[in-house]
Amino acid sequence: MSIMQDSREATMVGRRTDGTPVRRPLSPHLQVYDMMQLTSALSISGRITGVIWAGGALFMVWWLMAAAAGPAAFDGVAWFASSFIGLLFLFGVTGAAWFHTFNGIRHLGWDAGHGFDLPTTYKTGRWVLIATAAATLLTWIIAIAAWAS
Amino acid sequence: MANDTATQLRSPLGRVRGLGSAKGGTHHWWMQRVTSVALLPLTLWFVLSAAMLAGAGYEATVAWMARPWNATLLLLTIGLTFHHLAAGMQVIIEDYANSEAAKMGGILAVKAICLVLALAAGLAVLRIAV
Repeated sequence: MSIMQDSREATMVGRRTDGTPVRRPLSPHLQVYDMMQLTSALSISGRITGVIWAGGALFMVWWLMAAAAGPAAFDGVAWFASSFIGLLFLFGVTGAAWFHTFNGIRHLGWDAGHGFDLPTTYKTGRWVLIATAAATLLTWIIAIAAWAS
Repeated sequence: MANDTATQLRSPLGRVRGLGSAKGGTHHWWMQRVTSVALLPLTLWFVLSAAMLAGAGYEATVAWMARPWNATLLLLTIGLTFHHLAAGMQVIIEDYANSEAAKMGGILAVKAICLVLALAAGLAVLRIAV
């Protein structure tokens, strides 16, 4: 064992019964858990969609600042938003935002002490996916209808 | 000292190392929940409004932003979004950054960027609405 760089290392080292030092495994045990379960997949998705939504927040700032700057700057935003990459980005942000929202409601329920048993967790998890798909589609139906009119 | 350990949940070793709660963790966690609840109606309003503004030109968009209620709700959305965003990014950095320098640097950078962006967006709304 070399000199510890971090005092938290102290909780990571132990000794076998024969006295040889051993590094304890670090949680989460990626090699032990099946990361393709619905529960763990939705858990990490909550974090990932939060980061994607942060990208959407950047676009919101650009949109607002361009509108304040004038018509020329606003045309830049409008060009990006109607480009293929822009539409793909906005569609991704919409889906991520709805997922983060519905999954967040699920988390608020857990925080209040509701639905934390395994069958309910799976049931609400599936509802989060269904609601995300429905809300994302509905949002884009509204957007396309507004665009066409 | 023996009595002390009976009333405190932290071990003597934990206290000596100075790790664990610095009495701010619960507030951070609670503010993340408060902002998330406040953002539920605001996000619903913003997403639907933005969808209905799809394809709208400069004049129509600015006119929408300038309306008093829209400007008020936009300012609230901006402030709460960046508060919630900074809190979330902080937790991610705390979880994944190994070195103390990267952790503190990352958190300070996220907070600075969020503050600058929130101010810039808020001033843009005020410039249009006032």
